[in-house]
Amino acid sequence: MRKSLFTVFAFVLGLSLILSACAPKTPTPAPATQAPATQPPATEAPTQPPAPTVAPTEAPTQAPFVFGMLLVGPYNDRGWSQAHYEAGKYVEQKLGAKMIYLDKVNPADRPGTTASQLAEELVAQGARLIIFNSDDMKDESTKFAQEHPDVFVIMASGDQVWKEGKAYTEIPNMINIMGRMEYGKMIAGCAAALTTQTGKIGYLGPLINDETRRLAASAYLGARYCWTKYLGKDARDLAFKVSWIGFWFNIPGVTDDPTKVADDFINSGYDVIISGIDTTEALTQAKKAHDAGKAVWAIPYDFIGACEEAPDVCLGVPYFNWGPEYLKAIKAAAEGTWQSQFVWAGPDWKDINNPDTSAVGFVKGKALSENAARMVDQFISELAGGLNLWVGPLKLQDGTEYLKEGEVATDQQIWYLPQLLEGMEGQSVPQQ
Amino acid sequence: MKREQIGLSLGLRLLAILLALLFTVMVLLLSGAPPLEAFRQIVLGAFGSYKRFTDVLVSWVPLLLVSSGLLITFTAGLWNIGIEGQITLGAIATTWALRLLQDSTFPPALSLLLATLAGMLGGAIWALLAGALKTFGGVNEIFGGLGLNFVATALTLWLIFGPWKRPGIGSMSGTEPFPQALWLPVLPGLRLSLWALVPGLLAWGMVFLLLSNTYFGLRLKAVGKNLRAAYLLGVPTWQHMMLAFLLCGALGGLAGSFQVTAVYHRLIPAISSGYGYLGLLVAMLVNFQTLWVAPVAFFFAALNLGSIQLPIVLKLDSSLSGVIQGVLVLFVLLLDGVRRRMERG
Repeated sequence: MRKSLFTVFAFVLGLSLILSACAPKTPTPAPATQAPATQPPATEAPTQPPAPTVAPTEAPTQAPFVFGMLLVGPYNDRGWSQAHYEAGKYVEQKLGAKMIYLDKVNPADRPGTTASQLAEELVAQGARLIIFNSDDMKDESTKFAQEHPDVFVIMASGDQVWKEGKAYTEIPNMINIMGRMEYGKMIAGCAAALTTQTGKIGYLGPLINDETRRLAASAYLGARYCWTKYLGKDARDLAFKVSWIGFWFNIPGVTDDPTKVADDFINSGYDVIISGIDTTEALTQAKKAHDAGKAVWAIPYDFIGACEEAPDVCLGVPYFNWGPEYLKAIKAAAEGTWQSQFVWAGPDWKDINNPDTSAVGFVKGKALSENAARMVDQFISELAGGLNLWVGPLKLQDGTEYLKEGEVATDQQIWYLPQLLEGMEGQSVPQQ
Repeated sequence: MKREQIGLSLGLRLLAILLALLFTVMVLLLSGAPPLEAFRQIVLGAFGSYKRFTDVLVSWVPLLLVSSGLLITFTAGLWNIGIEGQITLGAIATTWALRLLQDSTFPPALSLLLATLAGMLGGAIWALLAGALKTFGGVNEIFGGLGLNFVATALTLWLIFGPWKRPGIGSMSGTEPFPQALWLPVLPGLRLSLWALVPGLLAWGMVFLLLSNTYFGLRLKAVGKNLRAAYLLGVPTWQHMMLAFLLCGALGGLAGSFQVTAVYHRLIPAISSGYGYLGLLVAMLVNFQTLWVAPVAFFFAALNLGSIQLPIVLKLDSSLSGVIQGVLVLFVLLLDGVRRRMERG
């Protein structure tokens, strides 16, 4: 019996070997963008001489520069990951480079693997630069960059190579890129405040960290400004509640269900939901409530096309436009002018929706009333003119002073916001 | 076993594999993918380089441990579905021990050893709970195990989002990574740790010896084949079942422990990586033959790793490996039934 099973196993192995041997001869129609796949796996990193800052110049007429992208969610999530994916397409088109990518890079979707391991798979397929697109891969991106000094690394939303940051590590082959979404969120908050009829805004938050605290706080600052300044109402009459689900998107059985959190908002009188998570549950649940006759709106996040899923309830979307900064960094890698740096890119105030110059933007939605749209435009032009809402006096949620009267927050104070702000409801740090 | 029977059994096994392959090819064709290229990518992805091969070994170790452990419970006639929870508890206990020890003056090697033992203990205790529910509470081990799996997951989530959260962060991502001194040492430039591989192989060898060459193994078989007869013949049955649970749980806990010390270096919600359920498939497939655990587990690990190429190169979903594994088990079980019918008739 044992002998027979051995034969079986040998057969399986043999069969797979035969299959693999046959395949190259088969004229398989290569599915789009497969060129390097049929080549033998590129040299593993350690065999190449480390040359982080002086990458050899590559003639664009020869093999295109290949960059790899690890996406934490599905590439078509209408949110965070899709915004990165589209930026990759943008770079392909502008630079003649080639993108390979792997999506759903998280331990729940790809059990038993780590992000640095998957990055190596992209390198094996020819990638010379890897984009890690999520905060969730921050530690792994550091590990990978240090182990592969000859591969360029872009860690989106991270602060490892910010000299003035709290987590500074010298990693010559890494660039951090993040958009100043604070502006996008302020505009979103403004649109929400101008629309709400109940005076209650819900913020569907992902997990709790520096980034999510400062973005939720920005939405609140924008909402409070437009509520008091444009509508002439009392700030105390504006309720702004943050509910966190525990991760960037829904993981069944692990995070709180964003669908349920959104419904809870709607059922307790919050008529505008601002989304802070990677996916569009806030919008879809608002649409369901709207179709059932409720006056409810939502503001999705991340991706320029997010409103399309439910335009009737969409007030607009603050989105990332990663393309221009990715283009700069990847071009520098290809041309040998790479410099490790921390990039926190703002909107192009001449036109925040310029696809070639603005790192963050805001597209107004169909559900935004004409009157509110006018005031949102006014708010945007005030911001463009230098209006800063991160100015004291501002207090943290527990009442301690964050900014003194007239004090302007530094980049570090904003980036590392330790708590939510006074006037916001919800957890500043996890409590259980 | 007679010669014809061996022939029949072999033929049916081959048929099962062939059917599984055919089914997979059909799935691939239906999704508009080139089957040969897909298989080629899987093989390349698992064996295309030395490093990939060693990566297969990295996930082979926990799968080997879990499947070997499950053979002990299978032999005793027990369906230890709770293995997932036992892996998880092993990971939790190891994390707990490392958290206690990381600020102590203990040398890292000693801390790691203690943490590994804690992991085995954690898995064993969780398995004993399922065993106690079965033996003393009359709760079928399948239901008890499933329940305990849920409790283990809930416990992990609570620890990650609560007492063991990273400072200032509330995320289901995982706990703070341990300092590198508390990682199991790996071979240079690789992810494979001999400190995990060797214990994995040893455990497998010991389970083989235990089941095939010891009195204990024989009695375990008696318990598994016919509980009542074994009892009447004087085998202490419930004690043997509890021991089977204990050993399996310890091996599952060891797998979970290695997930923390050799793979993720922290506790994450998906720490078991589904190796428990995958191990059940392996154990079913090898049909009580411990020697076969190693190659079949290796084959499964290779499929899992190799299939990562599918989304990268062919834009296919990598869950294809799961389809192949599941279909393979189904066809083998199906044709086993056919064989038994033919032998009877």
